[in-house]
Parts: sequence; structure tokens; C-alpha cells
Amino acid sequence: MDILSLFVVVPILIVLALTFFAKDLKQARLISVVGMGIQFAMSINLIFAYLKERAVNTGIMVFTRDVVWYETFNIHYSIGVDAISVVMIALTAVVLLAGVFISWKIDDLPKEFFISLIALSSGVFGFFISTDLFTMFVFYEIAVIPMYLLIGIWGSGPKEHSAMKLTLMLMGASAVLSVGILGIYFNSNADGGALTFNIFEIAQVNIPEAAQNIFFPLTFIGFAVIGALFPFHTWSPSGHASAPTAVSMLHAGVLMKLGGYGVFRIAMYLLPVGALNWSDFFLVLSAFGVIYGAFAAIMQKDLKYVNAYASVSHLSLVLFALLMFNKTAWTGAIIQSLSHGLLTAMFFALIGMVYGRTHTREISKLGGIMKILPFIGAIYVITGLAYLGLPGFSGFVAEMTIFVGAFQHPDLFRRILTIVVVSSIVVTSVYILRMVGKIMMGPLSNEEYKDLPKATWFEKTGLILLLIPVVMIGVLPLGLSEMLKESIQPFLERLL
Amino acid sequence: MNLESFLLMRSEIGLLAILLLLVIFEIFSNKKQKAAVIPFALILLAINTVLGFLPLASGELFGGSFKTNALLYFFKTTLSLGVLILLLQSADWLKEKVVDENKASEFFMLIISSLLGTYFMISAGDFLMFYIGLELATLPVAALVAYDTYKRISAEGAVKYILSSALASGAALFGISLLYATTGTIYFDAMAEVLTSSNLSILAFVFFFAGLAFKISLAPFHFWTADVYEGAPINVASYLSVISKGAAVLILMILLFTVFKPLMPVWHKIIYIVIIATMFIGNLFAIRQQNLKRFLAYSSIAQAGFILLGLMSVDQLGTATIVYFVAVYIFSNLGAFGVVQAVSSASNKENINDYEGFYRTNPKLSLLMMLALFSLAGIPPLAGFFGKFFLYTAAASKGYYILVFIAVVNATISLYYYLLVVRAMFLRQSDQAIPYFKSPVYMRLGLILAAIGILVAGVYSPIYDYIFSISNTFLN
Repeated sequence: MDILSLFVVVPILIVLALTFFAKDLKQARLISVVGMGIQFAMSINLIFAYLKERAVNTGIMVFTRDVVWYETFNIHYSIGVDAISVVMIALTAVVLLAGVFISWKIDDLPKEFFISLIALSSGVFGFFISTDLFTMFVFYEIAVIPMYLLIGIWGSGPKEHSAMKLTLMLMGASAVLSVGILGIYFNSNADGGALTFNIFEIAQVNIPEAAQNIFFPLTFIGFAVIGALFPFHTWSPSGHASAPTAVSMLHAGVLMKLGGYGVFRIAMYLLPVGALNWSDFFLVLSAFGVIYGAFAAIMQKDLKYVNAYASVSHLSLVLFALLMFNKTAWTGAIIQSLSHGLLTAMFFALIGMVYGRTHTREISKLGGIMKILPFIGAIYVITGLAYLGLPGFSGFVAEMTIFVGAFQHPDLFRRILTIVVVSSIVVTSVYILRMVGKIMMGPLSNEEYKDLPKATWFEKTGLILLLIPVVMIGVLPLGLSEMLKESIQPFLERLL
Repeated sequence: MNLESFLLMRSEIGLLAILLLLVIFEIFSNKKQKAAVIPFALILLAINTVLGFLPLASGELFGGSFKTNALLYFFKTTLSLGVLILLLQSADWLKEKVVDENKASEFFMLIISSLLGTYFMISAGDFLMFYIGLELATLPVAALVAYDTYKRISAEGAVKYILSSALASGAALFGISLLYATTGTIYFDAMAEVLTSSNLSILAFVFFFAGLAFKISLAPFHFWTADVYEGAPINVASYLSVISKGAAVLILMILLFTVFKPLMPVWHKIIYIVIIATMFIGNLFAIRQQNLKRFLAYSSIAQAGFILLGLMSVDQLGTATIVYFVAVYIFSNLGAFGVVQAVSSASNKENINDYEGFYRTNPKLSLLMMLALFSLAGIPPLAGFFGKFFLYTAAASKGYYILVFIAVVNATISLYYYLLVVRAMFLRQSDQAIPYFKSPVYMRLGLILAAIGILVAGVYSPIYDYIFSISNTFLN
């Protein structure tokens, strides 16, 4: 078994272990924590193994492996990673482990909860390691469908409706994506070779421009819906608000990154001419999403909705950066994915903790929590500051890199869009500071809150796990961006 | 007839032997021994199915009236496996409701004669054999639909079935006679050589196609489906939706790809419209259903629309994807119908509302139901996903991207109503949930076989690759 396939196999083994051995909550979470701990250790190991391998291996992908799956269609189980997938895998592993800690006290059907969560993770890991379109698509759908049960069974509020909406929109997008994939597949012999699903073989082919113009939007939208592209973002606020804490964390933190990753790895890499032709249209949409998400977040009364709209805004920024087609902006997009993944997961975890104690998420009903819950309050403030881009944290590095990259474009259209998008920083500060100020500082809003229990050890563990990489990226961004830039190069060359 | 020709008809002769053995059993058993007919018939059919995995030579008999080749043989074995699973699932129903009335062996005889009919139908080399097979496959089913004689709705279903299939057969027969008039032959091979695209031959095709479309329940010939499924016993509805439909699709494909190939520009247009209509009608009507049998009826109409996507590519790829999808569909649908049957015989409940809170009382059955429904909806890693994706591939290979797009939109609609059932089972809680029950042995065996099919047929790629390798046997 190679180092990458383990990422898919280990979750499946954990799911089997949970199915057959877990009797109650204690056993279920023990198995999950151990399993996800192994997964986390594997991902740290992968980072070092990658750096070591990269020094001697100059291929686009390392640790590659290729097994024929469906011979007639030339479908392979082919895997490999570059720096981008490595950091995404690490992100997934961190968020998952933290998510298991946060779900320590889940009481209804605990075994099934962990099974669905971990089954989903095997899809996410599989997606990040695949270098074959078909295999990637299979893993993508595996990552989406357990969401229905996770939100529907363990969620809150109008959970059935939100779960249905989320699932149908994402599966509808993946249906559109499947047409795009077929279009790419049947054009992969444009230069006279055999039909193939292998991403790097297709990248050698010059797909006719007419075909690229048709299939690029299908592929782009197919992926961008999960990346919260305006106007297809509507599943996200209701879905995140209804989902249980760990699921919101995983979904906003990791799953939504599948969109940007897919756009980068498939849509733009395989259909570069289509990408250039369509970039203006989608740039406007994503720029609008950035602004719209930020203003919508100001208007929200529910903490989870604030964070959900903030995610729409921040992830539209990822798509915006990707459509800028230069190295700096792309590096920024990937760092933004990482940073947002960690920070939004922290936010959802914190909101879950506050909600679990006060039983309300309405901003107007909360106030002065900091005095009662110093640890949660302090982390909340730190997360908020990191989110709005305070230097020293990952958010600053990400946004700075994106804006510097975006402004490098000489043409007026892009510069104006960039300036518009930059203004969202101000709006972000408004809603973050208002929210943090209202619920953490000030007088205690409700006398009953005086006896709220302090943060438990598992909550602290979960938060600290997420905080460490946020600070690491913020303080030492250079190593990361060097590592990413090297991997971005071959993808950028396709577009120039 | 020498030994070799006997061997070519091995599957048919096997079924005939089972029929005769059942008759003998019926005559020589006393009242106490009658119940043993169930294991007896099941074992015989199981032996016949297992023998089906032995290789068989290709060839023709009776001057080209009867053909067999690796693809047909594989398909017959799949159908036989499907019927075996179906009978396993209905064994307890038979024991409970029918053995006392002394009718168990009749049930087996009728279903096996119908299966024999489908064998002859798909193996036909001329229209005479085809028509005999078609009738033999249809008539016993009409009796089966009315099996719950004491139920009014069952009798109504049977009348609807017999009338509409008589009309369908009539239309098909009229089409065949027009074809004979234009070409002067009833043999497929000879007809393929002389058939040209004339007004008369197009008219003949339309009548013939309408007849077969009734059997596959394609729109606009689908009206009988829901009522008949609702009236029929669950296992018979299941038989109609998987075995009859699968066989009819296969013979339609063979005829379109060989005999009607000269008319391809015409039938491509017809099929294109029929696919869209069938998918939309099936899906949109399924959303409104409360009764699970009607629900599955409309879902199976929509699935038929998907199957036809494979017809758009007139080549090995299309053949392979259709045969593969039908096999996958048999497992998925039998899984769903099996659970409905198990629940119905334990608690007499058939509505989606009754399934609320089902997971908390019967986790294993609801998991299987979810697997089956997700497989029908086309969610990986279940077999249905691969089946559907490959059908899209077949249609896209000839550039029908718009059709594929409409199909994927429909797949998303279908996901909605499959999720409605999942919602009832998993998300809802209810005080009147169906209480825990333990399914009898036969039922569990039938369900496990279906589950294995759903889980394995997709991920294990050699199955598809094998089908692909034998799919060129009838195309030249």
C-alpha cells in the first residue's frame, strides 16, 4: 500500500471498525479519535515525505501510482500529489481531528454520526489525491452525499429543508460537471491519441477552441457551485446554519475548497483557452460574490449566518484570485483556501460552543461572554482579528498576496475590479468587529449566563489544533508560498 | 436434432425441465408435502442459474429462427439470477398466503414460463419466434398480476394489463406484417439486407416500436404501469419492472441495431424524443407518489428513459452499456422491491409515510433500502452510478451532449424523490414506526444477494469489461 492510498483506505477501515465494534458513544469517539489521529499523523508525515521527495523528483506530481480500473474507457485509479494537494490533505486532517473533538458529546446516534463524517472524509482525501478525471469525480460525489444525513439527522432549525437544498444543488452541480467531464474526455483524442481521463495526458492535448468554449463553463460552474459562486451560493448559508458544529466546520473548512481546487486542477488546466475567453464573465460574478457576501454578513442576526455569508465572500475571493491567472494571485488563492478553512472551522466551533451553553445564536441576545468564558472569548477575538486580516495571522498573508497579484494586471477592467474587491476588507472589519464587540465585550446580557460551564479539555484541544497552523502560516509564510509557487508553475504555463 | 443443438438451447431446456419437474411434483405429492415445493423450485432454479455461468458456444438453430451467442447467454443468466433473487424474496409470501390455497407450484410455473418466453424472445432470429416469445412472456404475467384474487385492485390491474398488452401485441403484429409486406421475409438477417427507408417501412417501424414501448413502459405508452404495479403482488410488480422490461429493452436494442439500422436517421429522432418524454414524465410523476409501489413504478419508467440513452450510440459501446445497466438495475430494483416486500409482509404497510423512523427500528433493512435507492439515483460507489455514467458516455460518444444534459438534470430530479424516502427512514422519527421484525431466511438471502450486486457490480470493473468484450457478437 502506498503512502497516498492509505488516506482513502484508513477512513474505510475506521468506518468498518465503527460499524462492527462500536457499541456506544464512548467507544465510537475513541475509535474515531484514534483513527483521525492516525490520519493526522499521516498527513504531517506526508508533508515531510513530500519535501524530501520534491528535492530529488522534478515531476509535476510525486508519489504517483497508476492502476487500470475500467480498461474499455481507459479509466485508471491514478494518484499523485503536488504541494497544493499536500497542504489540502493536511488541512482536511486537521479540521477532521478538531471536528471529532468538538463532537465529543454528540448524543443522538453517535456511531452513525462518526461513520458518516469519516466516510465523507475518505471522499475528500480521494479527491485530493486523484489525477484521473473519473476517479476524481467518483470521490467528489462520495464527499457530497453523506452531507444529507449529517445535516438532516443531527442538524438544527429547518434541517430537512436545508439538507435537501444543499444536496440537490451540489448534486445538480456535479451532474452539470459530469457533462463537462464527458466533453473533455471525448475531446482528449483531438491530437490523434487515445481517449483518456488522465489529467496530465489531457493537458498535452490541444482541445479545439469551440469545444473549450462550451465545456469550460460547465466544468467551472460544476465545481464553483460548491465553492459558493454567486448566484449559486444559496445552499451555503442555510446549509451551514442548520448543520451540526463539526459538519459546518468540515463543510465550510474543507468541502467548499473542493470547488476552488477543482477549478484550478481541472477547469483551467484542461481548458485553458475556454478559461481565458470566459474569465471576464466569471470575474464579475466572483467579484460580486465577494462584495455581496460581505454586505449580506453585516445584515445577519444569527451568528452562523454571519459566518456562512462571510464564507461566501471569502471563497468568492478564491475564485476571483484564480481567474487572475498569475502566480502571485494563485499562491494567494491557495493560502486563502487554507487560511479560510482553518479560521472558518474555528469560528463554527466557537459558535457551536457558545450555542451549546447559551442555546441562542442571536447576536442581540448575547453579550459579555468574555468575562464568563475567558478561554472561548479570547480565542473568539483572535479568530475574528485573524479573519479580518490582521498581520501575524494567516488571513493577512492570504489576502495581501491575492490583492498584490490581482493588481499586477495592467488592464483597467481588472484593476477596477480589484479595487472594488479590496474594499470588501473594510466591510469585513465592520461585521467582524461588531459581532465580536457585541457578544464578547460589554455588559452581560443575561444574568443566567453567569454560571455557564468553562471550556472543557476536548474543546480546547480542538481549538488549539486549528490555531497553531493559523499562526504558523501568519508568521512564516515564505516557506509555504515557495513550496506552492513551484507547484503552480506547470499549471500557469498552460495559460500563457 | 443432435446433442450439440441441444446444448445450444441449454438455458431453455433447463427451464423446461424445471417446469416438468414441478408438474410431476405437483401430481405425486400429498397435501403435507406440498410446502416442500418452495425449496424444491428454488434449488432447481439455483442449479440452472449456476449452470448458466458455464461457457456456451454461439450458433443458430431451426434454420436461423433461434440464435444464441455469448451476449444473449450472459443476459439470460442475469435474468435467471434476477428471478432467483425475486423468488427468494417472495418465498415467505408464498408460504404464508398461497401454500394454504394450494397454489404455490402454480406461481412458480407461471413465472418460469414467462421467463422461458423472454428467453425465446431475445434469442429470436425471426419475427415469428419473436412474437411467440413475446406472448409466452406476457400471458402468464397477466395471471400473476391477478394472483391476489380476493383483492379488487388486483383484478383491476390484471384487466388493465391484459388489455393494454393485447393492444400492444396487436400493434407490434401489425408492424411486423407491414414489414413482411415491404421486405417479403420474416428473418432478421434477410430483412436487414433488403429493408430501405420508405414510408411503408417507417410506418411499420412505428407500429412495431409502439408495441415494444408498451412492454418497456416508455412514454407515452406508460399509462398502465402504475395501476398494474399497485394492483399486482409486490413480487410480480418487481418481475414486471426488472425482468420483463430488461428483456424487452434488449430485444429492442438488437432489432434497432441490426434490422432497423437502415432506418437509423428516423428512429434516432423518435428515440430522442421518447427518452426526454419518458424521463420527465417518470420523474415528475414519481415526486407525487405516496404508495411505494406506484413510486417505484414511476421511478422504473424514468429508468427506462435512461436505459435508452445507450441506443443513441449504435455500436459496441451502446450495447455494452445497456446490458450492463440492465444488470445493475435488476439488482438495485430488486433491493428496493425486496425491502418493500419484507415490510409489507411483516406489517402490511406500503406508504412512504409509514417508513418514518424506520432506521431506528430496523437499521439493516433501511440501510439496504438506502443503498438500493442511491444506486437507482446513481450515487457512487454503488453500481447504479457506473451504469448511468456509462450510458451518458455512450450518448456523448456520438455528440448528443444536449440529451446528456437533459438526462443529468433528470438524474438530479430523481435524486430528490429518492431522498424523500431516505428522509422518511432516517431523518424523521415517529411513534408509529414499523416495529422491529426479523426477516425469514429466504428473504434475507434474497436481500443479501441484491446488496452484493449493488456494492460489487460497479467497483469491480471486470464485470463491465467482460460485457464489453462480448458485446460485438451480434453486430457486424
